[in-house]
Amino acid sequence: MTARQTALLPVKRVAGRPVPLPGNDLDTDRIIPARFMTAITFDGLGEKAFFDVRFDANGRELPHPMNDPRYRAKGPQIAVVNKNFGCGSSREHAPQALRRWGIQGLVGESFADIFFGNCVALGMPCAIASEADVGRLIRAVEEDPAHDLVIDLEKQTASFRDLEIPIRMPDGARQQLLAGTWDATRTLLDAADRVRSTAERLPYVRAFAD
Amino acid sequence: MRSRKGDTTHFPMGRSLLDKVWELHSVRPLDSGQTQLFIGLHLIHEVTSPQAFAMLREAGLPVAFPERTFATVDHIIPTTSQARPLADPQAETMMSALEKSCREHGIRFFGPETGHQGIVHVIGPELGLTQPGMTIACGDSHTSTHGAFGALALGIGTSQVRDVLASQCLAIDRPRARRIEVTGKLRPGVYAKDVILHIIRRLGVKGGVGFAYEYAGPVFAAMSMEERMTVCNMSIEGGARLGYVNPDATTIEYLRGREFAPTGDAFERASRWWLSIASDPDATYDDVVTIDAAAIGPTVTWGINPGQAIGVDEAVPSPGAFPGDERPTVVDAYEYMGWHEGDRIAGTRIDVAFIGSCTNGRLSDLREAARIAERGKVRSGVRALVVPGSQEVARAAEAEGLDRVFREAGFEWRLPGCSMCLAMNPDKLKGREICASSSNRNFKGRQGSPAGRTLLMSPAMVAAAAIRGEVTDVRELIGGDRHVRELSGGDRG
Repeated sequence: MTARQTALLPVKRVAGRPVPLPGNDLDTDRIIPARFMTAITFDGLGEKAFFDVRFDANGRELPHPMNDPRYRAKGPQIAVVNKNFGCGSSREHAPQALRRWGIQGLVGESFADIFFGNCVALGMPCAIASEADVGRLIRAVEEDPAHDLVIDLEKQTASFRDLEIPIRMPDGARQQLLAGTWDATRTLLDAADRVRSTAERLPYVRAFAD
Repeated sequence: MRSRKGDTTHFPMGRSLLDKVWELHSVRPLDSGQTQLFIGLHLIHEVTSPQAFAMLREAGLPVAFPERTFATVDHIIPTTSQARPLADPQAETMMSALEKSCREHGIRFFGPETGHQGIVHVIGPELGLTQPGMTIACGDSHTSTHGAFGALALGIGTSQVRDVLASQCLAIDRPRARRIEVTGKLRPGVYAKDVILHIIRRLGVKGGVGFAYEYAGPVFAAMSMEERMTVCNMSIEGGARLGYVNPDATTIEYLRGREFAPTGDAFERASRWWLSIASDPDATYDDVVTIDAAAIGPTVTWGINPGQAIGVDEAVPSPGAFPGDERPTVVDAYEYMGWHEGDRIAGTRIDVAFIGSCTNGRLSDLREAARIAERGKVRSGVRALVVPGSQEVARAAEAEGLDRVFREAGFEWRLPGCSMCLAMNPDKLKGREICASSSNRNFKGRQGSPAGRTLLMSPAMVAAAAIRGEVTDVRELIGGDRHVRELSGGDRG
């Protein structure tokens, strides 16, 4: 996590057992309700992911893919989602909660901008696929979930058993993951001199002095 | 103004505010194809910054430009007593952590004792920190609010808060530009909130993904700064991370005399520069949308996202009226909200009325709500809260007696903060309560109860609902008052 010491960590391929999280416009309040954010760390958020749809008022499990033993694996997992996933707040708590639950990447029809950026900043790819392909993928997963779903950012495919679908990501984000520059701090600090000169040419930084 | 689509002219192209401000703040193109963008103003609060400071500490990095970051406390602060230590130990921990980080790094902190505490998107503008032509970032999606000044203002996550603290920059893709022009004149009883709810209803909650929205045309030109802030605030609810209005004389007059605004000759130079960064008349856009103001009425959300909105005189739409792939969300909303086919939104009984938030917690919002509140009493059984957006808003409102108007009508007059917009403090819905709310999100569970229900509307409509105990067309209460909008007043109090 540290900017100075961390080596580049390219993310080229992410594999894990799939968990479908169907529905459009699943917002960040749904992913992590705000009442679980009263803390100064992200610790423990994993068990609170999608809390209000996974548990009833008495803490009993509700039917939800994340509670379904068919989809729950010990190792890394990949979420399969529909449209506008992660809309709403900028809370990084949302991808942090998913990641701490075990989700290392997502395949979906579309993602909200801020959520997408937050995932990239954690090295979690959000791969975009067509509605038809996501539908086929969800059906294949529901049929027999006990296999790895593989996101390959170099080939730009997602594959599951004998199904291979094309995926895409905006170029900038994809390149950040492939090159391992998704933790942007070190890249941004490389240009400290140019940052200063950019700042100095801004009229408001110079207090409109001339 | 032209659309880029099919543009075959060979004249030198005019530039939009987005083009100009983006270029001015571009440090360099990155290998990834993104831009390294300098951030002129960074605002932080207690919820999304502590982890970022921890990351800095772990990396042994300093804050690069501490004088360009400002902090306040808003999300978790109680609205009944701000006495320290705060009653909730977790809230106290978060507030103390922010105070400590600000001290360590030399960041100015507007805590309650300064008289300038408030919702981060209310205090930035009122202090004059928010200025045209800036890039502004904050770990909060409603940072788009500051676009009202002709700034490029965007919400970021905690890792990006770390990036800005460490480098004063973001690695980011340039958005596309969509101009949204609202023509004509708003009808009486129609407010800025109705305009943005109508836009989101028309373009959808994901229609703005990848876009910056430029709000233009006579309706926005006629708006006060506070009204423009309401509109820009909810850009993100339409999927657009940024939304802005070009700076004009209204912007300049708002800024004159504010604490952090330039003074004397520098203010005059600043004013000229601010006007110069507005979009050129022949600027090009990736998309242009035109909306007739006459089509906008008082608007209320009926569902579980801000795009699920209707005019107050309409019936809740039937799930059958939606295309196949939208239907599951609509059915979900129907079940969650408890609608039956043919139900009308007007007359829906409410349990709670909430006036406040970064969308509608400013002085002009409270004035509009008070004008309605003074016509009656809060209906028995309704809990009604007024939470000013900042200490400055509270002082100005109290100076003109608005607190008294609200109290006499049966509203609770609270201390400033985010409060029941997202219920990270003790202000929460209970069970399946229905809340008429001037806030920005009607997501499931948003207001603190996993089963709580939210109806978004303008502050005047919330006041009307509080008095009648049910969703009410505010125009019924203001009768034939054709001058209702004149009283929305200036931005100064």
